[in-house]
Amino acid sequence: MRITCPLCGDRDRREFYYKGAAVALDRPEPDAGAEAWDEYVFLRDNPAGETRDLWYHADGCGAWLEVRRDTVTHAVLEARLAAEAAR
Amino acid sequence: MAELVAKSPCDGVLPLEIGSVAAREEDLGVITALLPYRAQGAALSERLKAAHGMAFPSPNRATGKAGARAIWAGREQALLLGPAPDPGLADHAALSDQSDAWTAVRLEGEAAEAVLARLVPVDLRGSVFKRGHTVRSQVAHMAGSVTRVGERAFLILVFRSMAATLVHDLKTAMEAVAARG
Repeated sequence: MRITCPLCGDRDRREFYYKGAAVALDRPEPDAGAEAWDEYVFLRDNPAGETRDLWYHADGCGAWLEVRRDTVTHAVLEARLAAEAAR
Repeated sequence: MAELVAKSPCDGVLPLEIGSVAAREEDLGVITALLPYRAQGAALSERLKAAHGMAFPSPNRATGKAGARAIWAGREQALLLGPAPDPGLADHAALSDQSDAWTAVRLEGEAAEAVLARLVPVDLRGSVFKRGHTVRSQVAHMAGSVTRVGERAFLILVFRSMAATLVHDLKTAMEAVAARG
């Protein structure tokens, strides 16, 4: 498995650390209410298909990336800086 | 008073020469991490040019030359190798002195590329990785930095605490490449 880091280029999976679903990029406002916070903290999709994760380029440039990938085909579709995805 | 003697990271384990490849420790002088403040990248680059003669390197690139080099070291950071940093740089970037934090090894020789091919999961062949190119990647299992500084020469940086491990992994790879004749 390879991920194309927007800074470093095409790199092996071993350079990256996997965080999990990219929910941290959509953090609710403090007063969003219990339901929104319950969903943010506890509820995760488990898609057969396209998913968005956060990966850390630990042994590369040190950037957090938002990676779109397919859990069925294992294809990595896109990777961009989490800083840009969060804007 | 005790006499304290400074030792270099690879004291006692380098130099090493196996087959056509030599590894020796580099004394880089002062090492400073440059971390530009938001939207200050261009101004920092100008100041760096005026003070030390090289631009702030773009990703995967190194600028300057032996004695005063800047190598890209990650997202929005570079390492200034050699000169003590001009105080004016601090107007545009956070500076941190890392002189004692890194192990620097120069790997040179006919088969240096073949040695690194066993350690670094990135294509470092001369056709794609030319002088002035750099990568942040793994060296064996360590986070490191590899820069091409000559036609057959590379500058390898890992954290200082990893010096003996780096030399061990380099030695193993150099022996394996040499054994193939």
